[in-house]
Amino acid sequence: MPEKKIRVLIAKPGLDGHDRGAKIIARALRDAGMEVIYTGLRQTPEMIASAAVQEDVDVIGLSILSGAHNTLCPQLMKLLHEKGMDDVTVLVGGIIPGPDIAALKQSGIAEIFLPGTSTQDIIEFIHKRHAHP
Amino acid sequence: MSDSANSKKSGSAVKSPSKLQAWEENTLRPTLEKSPERQKEFTTVSSYPIRRLYTEEDLAGWDAARDLGNPGEPPYTRGIHATMHRGRLWTMRQFAGFGTAEDTNQRFRYLLSQGQTGLSTAFDLPTLMGYDSDHALSEGEVGKCGVAISSLADMEVLFDQIPLSDVTTSMTINSPAAVIWAMYLAVAEKQGADWKKISGTLQNDILKEYIAQKEYIYPPEPSMRLVIDTFEFGMKHTPKFNVISISGYHIREAGSTAIQELAFTLRDGMEYVEWAMRRGLPVDEFTPQLSFFFNAHNDFFEEIAKYRAARRIWQKAMKERYKSVSPRSWALRFHTQTAGCSLTAQQPMNNVVRTAIQALAGVLGGTQSLHTNSLDEAWALPTEHAATIALRTQQIIAHETGVTNTVDPLGGSYFVETLTNEVENGAWDYIRRIDAMGGMVAAIEKSYPQREIAEASYRYQMAVDKKEKIIVGVNDYVTPERPMDLLQIDETVAHRQAERLSKLRADRSSSEVERRLNALRKASEGSENLMPYIYDAVKSYATLGEICEAMRTVFGAYEEVAIT
Repeated sequence: MPEKKIRVLIAKPGLDGHDRGAKIIARALRDAGMEVIYTGLRQTPEMIASAAVQEDVDVIGLSILSGAHNTLCPQLMKLLHEKGMDDVTVLVGGIIPGPDIAALKQSGIAEIFLPGTSTQDIIEFIHKRHAHP
Repeated sequence: MSDSANSKKSGSAVKSPSKLQAWEENTLRPTLEKSPERQKEFTTVSSYPIRRLYTEEDLAGWDAARDLGNPGEPPYTRGIHATMHRGRLWTMRQFAGFGTAEDTNQRFRYLLSQGQTGLSTAFDLPTLMGYDSDHALSEGEVGKCGVAISSLADMEVLFDQIPLSDVTTSMTINSPAAVIWAMYLAVAEKQGADWKKISGTLQNDILKEYIAQKEYIYPPEPSMRLVIDTFEFGMKHTPKFNVISISGYHIREAGSTAIQELAFTLRDGMEYVEWAMRRGLPVDEFTPQLSFFFNAHNDFFEEIAKYRAARRIWQKAMKERYKSVSPRSWALRFHTQTAGCSLTAQQPMNNVVRTAIQALAGVLGGTQSLHTNSLDEAWALPTEHAATIALRTQQIIAHETGVTNTVDPLGGSYFVETLTNEVENGAWDYIRRIDAMGGMVAAIEKSYPQREIAEASYRYQMAVDKKEKIIVGVNDYVTPERPMDLLQIDETVAHRQAERLSKLRADRSSSEVERRLNALRKASEGSENLMPYIYDAVKSYATLGEICEAMRTVFGAYEEVAIT
């Protein structure tokens, strides 16, 4: 029986158009055997939450370089909770000042990946969380 | 097409014994046998291969008079002015902006007091995307990565106590560039500054938004119309203002190679020239107001070669493709910014070193204007302290290193001249390919530059992940990190802006605003120059969001086909 692929949504929330990191990660995860959907730019938390439900994803990766993470992340986490998506692993990458990390994790974000993170580290993290027995 | 680089090919067709043969046999071989080189291949940060040694043989077809020339004369390889930095130092122009107009005005005046010689404005994402601070989509974004400007009222505060007749300002704004420029011109008028004399730069480069930075509002055709409107307006009313900063910086930040950065930027420049000429603007009347903007990345010599090749390509294109007859149109003038994407979150002090070396490359490459990044920018916008060190970096280069004592110190170097030739040739290859696609707008619609950039950025990341490329502090020489003080911007900015906008809408004449927005909408449907209409709307205190929305109803909004 074929192993079910891990399904990942890579999203760009907010107005930020800097997508170099998001695109590289989408491709790296795809190359690592995951099913990856990239939302494209300028997604609202509503759009991301809907896409996550629609695509029945295991993981959501948010790329935020704009400084808007303290607004956008809690909004998304609230929507995911309302939609019964508490099991989804939510990851954040981008420009996240140190002092903001603890609060983001407290809100349910599984991990923050800062500049300099290797794609292997992200792949390993996801595999550990979603290892199939 | 450069003859000098072709000569290398034709030179090797007729095999003559290399002068290096004796050296290779007697000196190199024993050295390699005793101790092989550290790597199999040595490449630039763009993965461009660099050879062990460059000699006169690499410049066999090179002609100093034709390919190097003298500074201030075509082909401008050595620089666009006869005396370069001996005559005038590059403008020290630090990109700054955050919070409200008051916050940024304060930072502007601080930087000027510390010796910077020009202003450069960073706007927040809502402003960049044509939204007012109180728009639903602006939530969480107001003032976070630049200053929030929603109306002429904000612009007036931004330049409080800064005389626009004496200071030049660069504004990093693209889709709403015409609107922000209209606001700047309105402030200048209010201050009594003469439009014919004021100077500055409007980034206004929409093509690179589709290619790399992705801060577009409208589709390409109406966006290009707006850009050419600003060229026309600038030609007539603000002859000393750079109406565009044709940018490679963002293309490089998105992950392109140096050659791609050069090629796409210059081909963008050519696209703008062609669109302007199609409208009937005489080439030698508008081209002197075009300026350029390049990245200064880590590979020192690759960057220097890139700037020198840029000047050679542009003057060739202007003379041969566009039949320009005025030397003022041939000289490529550029601003440089050190590479943001090279800054590390880890061991941030190292970034001061990176920035210094990158800045030095810009200076040796003959830049007219320079921004140096701050050490903390992989974490947040710069603190005042970090921004000061960045400025001091330029001042130390200018006053302590001696590199400005002579023009183009690296001219004549076997390596630098060969690399300049090779980078130029590589760029022309791309330019020809884009020509064959029907031009840059066509290439963008085919996603060609976007795909090239995606490929290059992925290859680079894989090389870093595999430690084929070392980044100090990140994939080698790693140490435990210590937290540092960062600039914090909170939601009080958004609240203040919301209050201000309420007051603005209450105080202004809504019927006048309505009338001018209607006039703008009507003109947008036709082919008149929109600048006068935008200017009128701005003066009535129509907001940025209202003006951009008026045009959006006519032009439509654009979304790209994502290439991963």
